[in-house]
Amino acid sequence: MNIAEGVQVVSFFILSATMLAAALGVVLLSNIVYSAFLLGGVFMSMAGIYLLLNADFVAAAQVLIYVGAINVLILFAIMLVNKREDFSELPGRWIRKISTAVVCAGLFVLLGAMVIVTPWAIEPPSTAVVRETTVVIGKHLFSDFLLPFELASVLLLMAMVGAIILARRDFIPEQIQERETALTLPERPRELDALEGGTGK
Amino acid sequence: MDIQLQYCLLIAAGLFCIGIYGLITSRNAVRVLMSIELLLNAVNLNLMAFSNFLDSDEIKGQVFTVFVLTVAAAEAAVGLAIVLAIYRNRDTVDMEQFNLLKW
Repeated sequence: MNIAEGVQVVSFFILSATMLAAALGVVLLSNIVYSAFLLGGVFMSMAGIYLLLNADFVAAAQVLIYVGAINVLILFAIMLVNKREDFSELPGRWIRKISTAVVCAGLFVLLGAMVIVTPWAIEPPSTAVVRETTVVIGKHLFSDFLLPFELASVLLLMAMVGAIILARRDFIPEQIQERETALTLPERPRELDALEGGTGK
Repeated sequence: MDIQLQYCLLIAAGLFCIGIYGLITSRNAVRVLMSIELLLNAVNLNLMAFSNFLDSDEIKGQVFTVFVLTVAAAEAAVGLAIVLAIYRNRDTVDMEQFNLLKW
């Protein structure tokens, strides 16, 4: 990368601080719409850090997939389950929160100690590969990572079919219900009016 | 002064811990899915840092990150479909009331 060292370090720390603050906002804010938009901020800062780590293709893919697909999908899900409900207070919930926070802080201290103590065998980045990351990734995908690549396409197909089947609001007519086959569900789906009454209309 | 491997790993560890905290303590089901995305992003940052600093000749960490991106997209789609289905069944997104498997 052709940017000076100081600029790289300063922008790296700015991006990191933005990312950690936005991640804290995702977890701690009470309004979930703010959380979803802050999640987009986390993904964009992460793409910036990828650019600083000499990975232009993955940064572009991060922006396209995470910000363009997953974040929009989460916003759609928030819109579809848009019911403002105040969660009932449970006794002893603060014990769980505090103990979880202690465990997470301990995990962070453990990981940090491991990172600092371990002597990493760092080699300087070679400039030959840095300029053509897309070509190298493509060569990997079609030579030694060919089987995972094909399996990923099958996984995406299965996820698409599964998401459609899980999320569709199916209403099975009565005449189909009367036939008993081996594939008949043991429980009948609910009636349509009961189903629409349940969504808060 | 330069960007070190340790900085990236520390930031990824912090993001991972924030994600675990949100995963356990949040009560909205959609927020749990967001926390899972935070966890996947922390792992991705680890992979990218190792790919840049330890394996810069053949950047296999970036290939791994592309696969994690794929799996994250599939997981988000299926997870949000499950949240929608369970919202239609139980009429809530409160994680404390999803006790269908408790007997």
